[in-house]
Amino acid sequence: MSETRVDARNLLCPMPVIRTQDAVAGCAPGDRVSVWCTDPGVVYDIPAWCRVHGHAVCDIRQGENEIIIEIQVGETD
Amino acid sequence: MNNPRKAVALISGGLDSLLAARVVMEQGVHVEGINFFTGFCVEGHTHAIREKDRARPKRNNALWSAEQLGIKLHIVDIIEEYKDVVINPKHGYGANLNPCLDCKIFMVNKAHEWLEAHGFDFIITGEVIGQRPMSQRKDTMPVVARDSGAGDRLVRPLCARNLPPTLPELEGWLDRDKLFGFNGRSRKPQMALAAQYGFEDYAQPAGGCCFLTDKQYSVKLEDLWKTRGTREYDLDDIMLLKVGRHLRPRADFKMIVGREEGENRFMEGYRKRFVHMIPVSHVGPLVLLDGEIDDAAIELAARLTARFSKGRDAELVTIEVNNRKGGSHRLDVTPIPADEIPADWYI
Ligand code: SF4
Repeated sequence: MSETRVDARNLLCPMPVIRTQDAVAGCAPGDRVSVWCTDPGVVYDIPAWCRVHGHAVCDIRQGENEIIIEIQVGETD
Repeated sequence: MNNPRKAVALISGGLDSLLAARVVMEQGVHVEGINFFTGFCVEGHTHAIREKDRARPKRNNALWSAEQLGIKLHIVDIIEEYKDVVINPKHGYGANLNPCLDCKIFMVNKAHEWLEAHGFDFIITGEVIGQRPMSQRKDTMPVVARDSGAGDRLVRPLCARNLPPTLPELEGWLDRDKLFGFNGRSRKPQMALAAQYGFEDYAQPAGGCCFLTDKQYSVKLEDLWKTRGTREYDLDDIMLLKVGRHLRPRADFKMIVGREEGENRFMEGYRKRFVHMIPVSHVGPLVLLDGEIDDAAIELAARLTARFSKGRDAELVTIEVNNRKGGSHRLDVTPIPADEIPADWYI
């Protein structure tokens, strides 16, 4: 099981979603991906992207300046 | 069906592409969505930037469509390749700088490449003959199919019965009788079909799916191209055209003035790239200066910045001026009177 960190700070949606998608494409089921973002829109868009692709959002931490979203990769095809 | 045929649907986030995908899914076809990010998409950005838009819950309409349909959505970054479409559209522009026909051809071509790479069988779009004056006409439909390379693997389920049968219809993968023959500008047939499928709260973009259909935005882009002497642009350029008040007090420089807190915060991310200024004696906007910045430009821009601050009626306003290297100095300036700002300074 691997852990990947995606730096999507200072990017506006949908770029953080695209970066997440690219990172997840190289992962196996069960791998963890944490996405670091600044656009508040990611708290809607990344979970929506995870739902349609069958990945789990384990945690969303909202700090003052950044948002960190933890994802567990589901079955990929 | 053991091995259903597979189709990739262009999902814009609007109603037509949502319905088109649904009509094909109804016939047992496996559908996945594809959505292209050009940098000009209306989607999301203004929401992230502008404070007043944050009151509405944010939603990416393409992802929302995919959720409604229960399909996967692949979002593809085409920012770089799309530049040529915007800069040199073979079929020209629409009412503003929207190269809709070339854009459609390009996107269908990209979807076709995706189809070949992933072993899918055909492409779905939500096009309707006569719906849009430039890109969705009876005579442009075959142009999109031909020039994109998709040929008869391009299906428009909402108006298919007004067009020659495509490969999926001829092969029996799709029953033509269950496709539609919508035609013209009316939205009623789509709304009725949406009601039939139980879709509510779908997005209804007024002009189109991107900023290039917006007059004000196109004027700013034209100004950028003209004053730079080149039509090249990068993502930051086109993002900044979505933000702030733009003024060109002299041919060789432009000011971008934050209109509210959200915009100021967004523009802060660009401080290293531009000479910028902010009032310090009074509350006021962050201002980015783009172009040839000499002392006279700084003086004029500072007086304008003072004008847009809460100190507009004060005798003097102190402005902090920051250069690109991180150095700064302060200037005390008289705010420029409103009647000394010619209307044509506003882009
Ligand atoms: S509105 Fe914009 S995204 Fe939509 S077809 Fe026209 S140019 Fe392309």
